[in-house]
Amino acid sequence: MERVPILKIGDILLVSIQVDMSDQTAVALQEDLAERIVATGCHGVIIDITALDIVDSFVGRMLSTIASISRVLDAETVVVGMRPAVAITLVELGLSLNGIRTALNVERGMELIAAERDHDRHDEFDDGSDVEPTASP
Amino acid sequence: MTSGVDLSRPQAQTVGSDEDVVRVRQLVRTVAVAVKLSLVDQTKVVTAASELARNTLVYGGGGTVEVTAVDNGRRPGITIVFADSGPGIADLELALTDGYTTGGGLGLGLSGARRLVDDFDIQTAPGQGTRITITKWSR
Ligand SMILES: Nc1ncnc2c1ncn2[C@@H]1O[C@H](COP(=O)(O)OP(=O)(O)O)[C@@H](O)[C@H]1O
Ligand SMILES: [Mg+2]
Repeated sequence: MERVPILKIGDILLVSIQVDMSDQTAVALQEDLAERIVATGCHGVIIDITALDIVDSFVGRMLSTIASISRVLDAETVVVGMRPAVAITLVELGLSLNGIRTALNVERGMELIAAERDHDRHDEFDDGSDVEPTASP
Repeated sequence: MTSGVDLSRPQAQTVGSDEDVVRVRQLVRTVAVAVKLSLVDQTKVVTAASELARNTLVYGGGGTVEVTAVDNGRRPGITIVFADSGPGIADLELALTDGYTTGGGLGLGLSGARRLVDDFDIQTAPGQGTRITITKWSR
């Protein structure tokens, strides 16, 4: 069985799917990614599907599951590079890809993850008050 | 580019493993390109074929897929037959409902495939296996 390689780039895991995956390969990728997230402590996963000429319900479900698993493991998943014909077909198939973040390309995906982490960091140190500091008289 | 596929005859692919489902997708793509379906229509028919071939494998216990380049005199198209001698489908209307699954799937294979093609015909009965014929015409 073929396995999809997972690259670590800084704080991000990059998966670029280059083959027409069998269902077994898709399931293995799901498991490999979960392990790598934990082993590396990465907080972002980018799945590049530029090379995929179809996404059916099995791969669609795999993408949703990866997004859910990574969220539980404190990582953000962004799917990038979906072809227009694939997007049109997904909608007609009835697949909603709920809960999956998407971006145009890898670069935008990285920006999205960075912005998300930044936002979370501010939330952590937020004391709960939304009041702007005002100069006392 | 030569496809290596003889379009004058139906092309058969047995479905006995998930690697065979990949082969079905590739065969359907080759014929869909040859009959000049648009890129979106190629994508739709390959996606439908992927769903139905997986059903043949998972629920039908394996079977065969036959892909044929067709022509109705006005336009070319692609016809695909998925056949298995598995348990068949008792309640077809229910099986064709979005979200209905007996296998822990998303329940979008049958209903979604029907939306993605122009013609969809299904013959099935309990104990009689399942035979699904789909056609996508070029526009
Ligand atoms: N070839 C088949 N033989 C027997 N039952 C089938 C076959 N194809 C589909 N079914 C039944 O129809 C249901 C719906 O199929 P589908 O829409 O593809 O959803 P899923 O594959 O996610 O279960 C299946 O769960 C199964 O019970
Ligand atoms: Mg199915």
